[in-house]
Amino acid sequence: MGVIELAWWQLALAALMVVALAGCTAAMRLGMSRHLLIAATRTVVQLALVGLVLEALFAAATLYWVALMALGMLLIAGREVMARQKRRLIGGWAFGIGTVAMFLSSFTVTVLTLAVIIGPEPWYRPQYAIPLLGMMLGNTMTGVALALDRLTDTAWRQRAVIENRLMLGQRWQAAVGDIRREAMRSGLMPMINAMAAAGVVSLPGMMTGQILAGSPPALAVKYQILVMFTITLGTGFGTLAAVAAGSRRLFDGRQRLRLDRLAAPKG
Amino acid sequence: MTAPPSLHLVRLAVGELAPVTLTVAPGEVHCLSGPSGSGKSRLLRAVADLEAHDGEAWLGDIDQASLPAHAWRARVMLVPAESHWWEDEVGEHLPRAEASDLEALGFTPEVLTWQVARLSSGEKQRLALLRAVSLEPSVLLLDEPTANLDGATTRRVEAWLMARIRERHWPVLWVAHDADQIARVATRHWRIEGRNLREAPAWA
Repeated sequence: MGVIELAWWQLALAALMVVALAGCTAAMRLGMSRHLLIAATRTVVQLALVGLVLEALFAAATLYWVALMALGMLLIAGREVMARQKRRLIGGWAFGIGTVAMFLSSFTVTVLTLAVIIGPEPWYRPQYAIPLLGMMLGNTMTGVALALDRLTDTAWRQRAVIENRLMLGQRWQAAVGDIRREAMRSGLMPMINAMAAAGVVSLPGMMTGQILAGSPPALAVKYQILVMFTITLGTGFGTLAAVAAGSRRLFDGRQRLRLDRLAAPKG
Repeated sequence: MTAPPSLHLVRLAVGELAPVTLTVAPGEVHCLSGPSGSGKSRLLRAVADLEAHDGEAWLGDIDQASLPAHAWRARVMLVPAESHWWEDEVGEHLPRAEASDLEALGFTPEVLTWQVARLSSGEKQRLALLRAVSLEPSVLLLDEPTANLDGATTRRVEAWLMARIRERHWPVLWVAHDADQIARVATRHWRIEGRNLREAPAWA
């Protein structure tokens, strides 16, 4: 079973239909055509570039290049986590906590999955390592960013409650306990929802891709379950680490709430 | 049972206020007054170690810095001017409330089943005092404890507080505005003038 080859002119047909859609929305003055065309162009350019990078990487297939690529992905994800927070920790802590949390969870789980469960030869074979890490990082990034944003923003809003609890002699962990739980929840909810809806409401993209590429559905399902679990692990441990470190950073050695360590929101 | 400790502040400095040195003996009530923004609340927050400060605070022979912060605050209990509540029901915040105390403050025991959201500011203030006192601290720091109360309720709360303070021999720092109240409760009275704490007569 081979994959049916897809030529560029065939893609151009699909692109033409997107242009037609943009033309229709423009004709009806719905004002979405510009966004639509820009996004479509970005998709083509970004994916074509990634394709080139992956082709080169698969050809080289040394640990050195795979690690470099992984590091690049991690740093971009770390930047993204920082950018998605309204009141981020200052002094590089927002980037640091997010990046370290993602590194600890995503990298550990990916390496473990590759080396122990899937077992390609060699274990860092880029055809397996890079897509797996990409899916892990993408989801962990969302979880960590949501959780840290919720943590710092809620701490800011509920500063008086937290301080009142400290005054009553509670430890900082107890004083911020409800907020930590909420942050953890907002970080994990997307993944829990995705697992609950998988196959019933939505057919996961990776499984669909594998089936299109000719895999038997039973195998595609197994891979999808594995990926769902590893993503949940990565997101869960990443969010856990980020919430633990982030909430610790909200207090100093004398357990005082230090909201001066948060940046004011922009705009 | 050892003798109840007194509260010593040794060159305690926070914000604009000049360093404060004073000793509150067991059972004494030291009132603090002064214009708003003069740093009374910040001084109390520093004594409770909620705010970074210079100088030292001692409870008997225990140095503030030698205790974990939460253990210090459990002994040196600050009751802020505005209280905050985090659970839905009043009773969840007051697991050790005595019916007699509730009654003394003008409540029936049913208050424990009330939703926090339906409390008035005066009710919150009285229950916040009870919440702090029922944790059995060693020192009370009161920031305008009767600000939201009418005259009769103020006297009632004062009487309950003073009885408890005398019974437990707590040293108390009490921020107050009302000269009559200061005359009623204060052992000594300190007024903030400019950057300095000056002793003032306790009677109006």
